[in-house]
Amino acid sequence: MTRTHYLNVQYGFRSWLLTKDHKRIALLYLASITLFFFLGGAFAVMVRLELVTPPGDLMQAETYNRMFTMHGVMMIFFFLIPSIPAVLGNFLVPMMIGARDLAFPRVNLLSWYLYIIGGVFALVAAVSGGVDTGWTFYTPYSSTYSNSAVIATAVGVFVAGFSSILTGLNFIVTIHKMRAPGLTWFRLPLFIWAHYATSVIQILGTPVLAITIVLLAAERLAGVGIFDPKLGGDPILFQHLFWFYSHPAVYIMILPGMGVISELVTCFSRKKIFGYGFIAMSSVAIAVLGFLVWAHHMFVSGQSIYASMVFSVLSFLVAVPSAIKVFNWTATLYKGSIVYMTPILYAFGFIGLFTIGGLTGLFLSTLAIDVHVHDTYFVVAHFHYIMVGGAVMAYLGGIHFWWPKISGRMYPEGWARFSALVLFVGFNLTFFPQFLLGYLGMPRRYHAYPEEFQVLNVMSSAGASILGVGYLIPMVYLVWSMRYGKPAPDNPWGAKGLEWTTSSPPVTENFEQTPVVTEEAYVYQVEEEAPVG
Amino acid sequence: MYRGFPLFPEAASSVARGVDLLYLFMTAISVLLSIGIFTVIFYFALRYRRRHPDEVPKPIHGSLKLELFWSITPFLVTMIFFGWGTTLYFRNYDPPPGASEIFVVGKQWMWKIQHPDGQREINELHVPSGRAIKLTMATEDVIHSFYIPAFRVKKDVVPGRYTTMWFQPTRPGSYHLFCAEYCGNQHSGMIGRVHVMAPSEFEAWLAGAARGKSMPEAGEELFHRLGCFTCHRADVSGRGPVLEGVFGNAVLLQGGRKLIADEAYLRESILNPGAKLVVGFRTRMPTFAGQINEEGLMQIIAYLKSLPPKKRLDAEP
Repeated sequence: MTRTHYLNVQYGFRSWLLTKDHKRIALLYLASITLFFFLGGAFAVMVRLELVTPPGDLMQAETYNRMFTMHGVMMIFFFLIPSIPAVLGNFLVPMMIGARDLAFPRVNLLSWYLYIIGGVFALVAAVSGGVDTGWTFYTPYSSTYSNSAVIATAVGVFVAGFSSILTGLNFIVTIHKMRAPGLTWFRLPLFIWAHYATSVIQILGTPVLAITIVLLAAERLAGVGIFDPKLGGDPILFQHLFWFYSHPAVYIMILPGMGVISELVTCFSRKKIFGYGFIAMSSVAIAVLGFLVWAHHMFVSGQSIYASMVFSVLSFLVAVPSAIKVFNWTATLYKGSIVYMTPILYAFGFIGLFTIGGLTGLFLSTLAIDVHVHDTYFVVAHFHYIMVGGAVMAYLGGIHFWWPKISGRMYPEGWARFSALVLFVGFNLTFFPQFLLGYLGMPRRYHAYPEEFQVLNVMSSAGASILGVGYLIPMVYLVWSMRYGKPAPDNPWGAKGLEWTTSSPPVTENFEQTPVVTEEAYVYQVEEEAPVG
Repeated sequence: MYRGFPLFPEAASSVARGVDLLYLFMTAISVLLSIGIFTVIFYFALRYRRRHPDEVPKPIHGSLKLELFWSITPFLVTMIFFGWGTTLYFRNYDPPPGASEIFVVGKQWMWKIQHPDGQREINELHVPSGRAIKLTMATEDVIHSFYIPAFRVKKDVVPGRYTTMWFQPTRPGSYHLFCAEYCGNQHSGMIGRVHVMAPSEFEAWLAGAARGKSMPEAGEELFHRLGCFTCHRADVSGRGPVLEGVFGNAVLLQGGRKLIADEAYLRESILNPGAKLVVGFRTRMPTFAGQINEEGLMQIIAYLKSLPPKKRLDAEP
């Protein structure tokens, strides 16, 4: 006799599209962001194909410019920002704190619909000619000069932004009000701390993006002079407003990933996390400092050199909490009991690639270096190390780790390890050469480029094809495993955390009875502390 | 041209080596730190691999000493980067006195260059080696960015204002000029060459290049063609401030504010005359936005700069 759980409790489209179950909504998000991921990936394929040869010979410049723009828009606003929070966070935040659902289940469903409406606008923009402003929408190009679907795309981003705000709001209220008895703040899993910090950024930052988009639309549609100097506006104002959201947005993408990594490292070394308080507080510190660094995107815009100096030093400060996390994860491994399952392979990949991404961020914070590498491939390489090497690796690691809980099935371990390796190799081959290209001076967003840059570009494109395969393999075996995978036990990894105390997949209410928490997170063995040495 | 597998672009300006040195220093520290972290992770992963399925290691909660060590050390290291990078940036920011001026206008999708004596180029920039060159830059349309990798310099060219940059080429040769800020369809076609020449060759080039009027002459012509002189004159019928000697001097504005009349102020006063009125004058002047392009504005300003001070009736501090 089959057990009733959240997946088989009801069937049919209605039961999914009108669900208020956070777990089902997580799966709705999973399906929709996967669609956008492969769409954004397809645009990246076009970009890398064009760049195999120096002249712009595969497609017109107009087309190429739309390709990299839509790659950025889809990947950032419709994949990375919702990725871990809306899928894993949605699924896990209530389960990890012993709640039956998020605080506002209807609002949760609403936020998915807003995401879909935003996504439809972006798709309509893509098929009705595309958009060519770059994902950064710099004015006055976007407000006055571009002949592309700027408004449709901007409306899409605007609407999807509210989805992000509502998710953040839901998480904050849930974490404050719905923790199980005994689950004090410092007993929370670090995944929850990371999502709490992320939610704060989503709530405080996203409205600024919304305002910026409204102003952009006012100028483009009604000629209200805000950003274009010909109408009496100031183009630099746009950059301030845009980056006031979009730099913290980088932390919306990476902080939840850091939360995932804390869970993976501790589970697969079967060890209490090293420096719990420091990891938790560093998430908060990143969220706060993340709001104070935006103008490091504008070091060559002609802003005051004193402003640049202040934003430079603040940008360096963000490196400290990030470094604290890396060192604490590493220290957690010390005298652990480490088993090389797929999720921790992703965690190792994350730590390595995030370290490189973070260190190269220091180069960009350094004024004299940034003047040279600003707007070159060095920047492109840097943020892909953070967002793909960091956020996407963490996302995939998390998907594998919680897949047994989500689907009730095990994924094929051999294939999973293999694809993690393929991804790691493909990623580095794709993006490492771009650091070199950047320092050599190749500007980003170039449809054609001088011949001396070809070797490195070919390496990068070759890497991208490996990377593409690395993404397709998990796509195939995860779908396969939903039907043919081995049934998952409730706690296949011997992990700690309330989500592993319930069945796989969980019942709609998550827990048969409300759990009571009596200990800190990650207590694998209750014993006196071993000496550090 | 590059041969082999270079990691650095050519270094052809007075600041290039300094930037490369800092870059090398940061790379060395980063590589050391990465290798350190990766080695430790590999070592732990091997040394502490799970040997039998039931083993549960002893928990370690953390160590305040270690936390302080690995918070303070990265902080200090980054402050070295910050100090070095900022010092270099500040030192390289202002042009040395006496730098030669060249004027740049970006427009979709070309770079238009004017030399003060009237030589004009498109997507080519000829400069002498060993001399400091200051660029004053404007754009007719969207944001562009003037980037010469071999000089390690870059500056955005922003609509509605002048931005400036400077460099001192050190090695004769021909180098890439790129637009680094995405500016529309032919962004990657908005490229050119910077030709650094020995000073004597440069003088020969200047003499041989096709030239029209010098910038002040061209500006004077515009000044008359646009009728500026009908109001900006020193006699009794002068309805606008006298402009002789205005450049670089203090101007007293309505409301008592004072400012030094620089390029940006003169440009603004031509395009938006009411923005900062000189005390004692009313806004009779119409805007000249749309009647004069950025190159013309630069010429008029060059003309105003060339005027000797005489009979100033206004604006003396």
